[in-house]
Amino acid sequence: MSSQTYKPGSYPNLPPPPGTVGVYGWIKNNLFSSISNSLLTIISAILLYYLIDGIIGWFFLDAVFDADSKIECRKIDSGACWAVITRRVGQFVYGFYPEVERWRIDVSFLTMFVAFAPLLYPDIPKRKWLLWFSAIYPVFAFILINGGFFGLAKIEYSLFGGFMLTVILGVSGIVCSLPLGIVLALGRQSKLTVVRTLSVCFIEFMRGVPLITLLFVASSMLNYFMPPGTNFSILVRVIIMFTFFSAAYIAEVIRGGIQAIPKGQYEAADALGMTYWQKTRFITLPQALKISIPGIMNTFIGLYKDTTLVVVIGLLDPLGIGRAALADTKWNGLSTETYLFVALFFFVSCFAMSRYSLWLESKLNTDHK
Amino acid sequence: MVNTKTKSITKPVIEIHGMHKWFGNFHVLKNISLAVNQGERIVICGPSGSGKSTLIRCINRLEVHQQGDIIVNDIELTGDLKNLEAIRSDVGMVFQSFNLFPHLTVLENCTLAPIWVKGLPKKEANELAMELLTRVKIPEQALKFPGQLSGGQQQRVAIARSLCMQPKIMLFDEPTSALDPEMIKEVLDTMIELAETGMTMLVVTHEMGFAKKVADSVIFMDEGEIIEQNDPKKFFNNPQNERTKLFLSQILNH
Repeated sequence: MSSQTYKPGSYPNLPPPPGTVGVYGWIKNNLFSSISNSLLTIISAILLYYLIDGIIGWFFLDAVFDADSKIECRKIDSGACWAVITRRVGQFVYGFYPEVERWRIDVSFLTMFVAFAPLLYPDIPKRKWLLWFSAIYPVFAFILINGGFFGLAKIEYSLFGGFMLTVILGVSGIVCSLPLGIVLALGRQSKLTVVRTLSVCFIEFMRGVPLITLLFVASSMLNYFMPPGTNFSILVRVIIMFTFFSAAYIAEVIRGGIQAIPKGQYEAADALGMTYWQKTRFITLPQALKISIPGIMNTFIGLYKDTTLVVVIGLLDPLGIGRAALADTKWNGLSTETYLFVALFFFVSCFAMSRYSLWLESKLNTDHK
Repeated sequence: MVNTKTKSITKPVIEIHGMHKWFGNFHVLKNISLAVNQGERIVICGPSGSGKSTLIRCINRLEVHQQGDIIVNDIELTGDLKNLEAIRSDVGMVFQSFNLFPHLTVLENCTLAPIWVKGLPKKEANELAMELLTRVKIPEQALKFPGQLSGGQQQRVAIARSLCMQPKIMLFDEPTSALDPEMIKEVLDTMIELAETGMTMLVVTHEMGFAKKVADSVIFMDEGEIIEQNDPKKFFNNPQNERTKLFLSQILNH
């Protein structure tokens, strides 16, 4: 093939040599590129086979999905005893929310996706109308979950628990901390000394103390700082603390994004006669937020998982429910199953957030389209 | 009304008297005096670090001068200026590194300021932008993002973006210095066409061919001072100052 000669300027684009691209090329280059590499590949494949075989056996094939106690489980089969979950799934999901009222949680949860859709996906049809629903959703969900209006029975916060509590804390914290974080990031960059100092103090204080101390403050002390007569429920106080804590982190992430914007962007905006707020809205924030997406999502995921810390102030998040289940003599000793189940729930939520942020990043990437 | 109009024809649109500027302790601009008339095209050249970019950046107050006066469109640039934005919207600027907004399409780059700063309705702003993109010969790129265009195309978009504000004065800060050689011409051609429309232009550039062709007057700066100002013919054929001669011999004979 190389013996062929071409006139200068007429050399054609040839296909790559066989075996360097495609599935065959990939396998050859990545798995069997040398003798030692081939050996490693074969050994890993054998190990993987036994590992996966064991995992599938324990998780599914030899597992027991319904039984009355751990002892009964062990009599039936040798794998996981998922009965501890299936028998208490209601508690894991709803905590101690009254069974007849659980539809209210279901409705709020499903409509939450409708409320988030226009915010998360800008190209969605009828977005303007959906945004109205997003705007009223917090009130809607509060009335539905909390009750006390329109003939809905009032449900005490102490009955909240399980995944529902995680979602309430996590989503409220995330939704409130992003705007607060943006304000703090802008405040920290402000030319006004008072605004800048206040922002810096807030951020440094919130980042400088462990979240768990903030939660203790929320559970015991926050009412002292409030005007007399106000009495926030413990749930609201905890959400405030989560919001403050992650807003401080988000502010720093966004500040990094703001500082990554080339100076020329501001000069161009200045030269066009734009005011501070126009620059902030159209030039600074869109670019800074885009740069900060991985960091912001990191903070969100951290916040979401940190909601499990509320167990120390007596709220029954999934871990609390799990511990209660394990304390039952019938299920004593099934901590592997219980914690794996809780872990799976968190993994699914956090993985979804992570995939969304990757999707958003690639959507906002305007370099090569 | 008639009075002010006749006045503005005879009076320069940019007047600079005894202007000084420091960066910290470094004296970048020394006793600059300059008058630019309506429709005049001035090319500023000089070695790097001579203060030529700083000078034109003072005219739309991207840089703040510490001493002397700068008067643009009859308004003096001072510290307690309330409507700096209004003055800036009358003075367009094109940068060496284009500085297009990468997250907006070419069309949005052009319409953002007209809509929000000047309050133009969106439809009119779009029409104006398309007209000017046609003038810089890239209307077909309107819906692309800046990152998808070549350097020369980006710089032409930047020119169109400035023109969308319908400025009275255009400042060019080394508009072709960041471009590959084969793209310089398309940008210079755009600037020559703009000059033919009678736009007041201040251009910092090393493109002496452009200066010869378009400029009414060429300024040579060195170490923060205006060393020599003359019409292009005299400037290139018979430079008066030794430093000008040295500079011209360096950039023309390679």
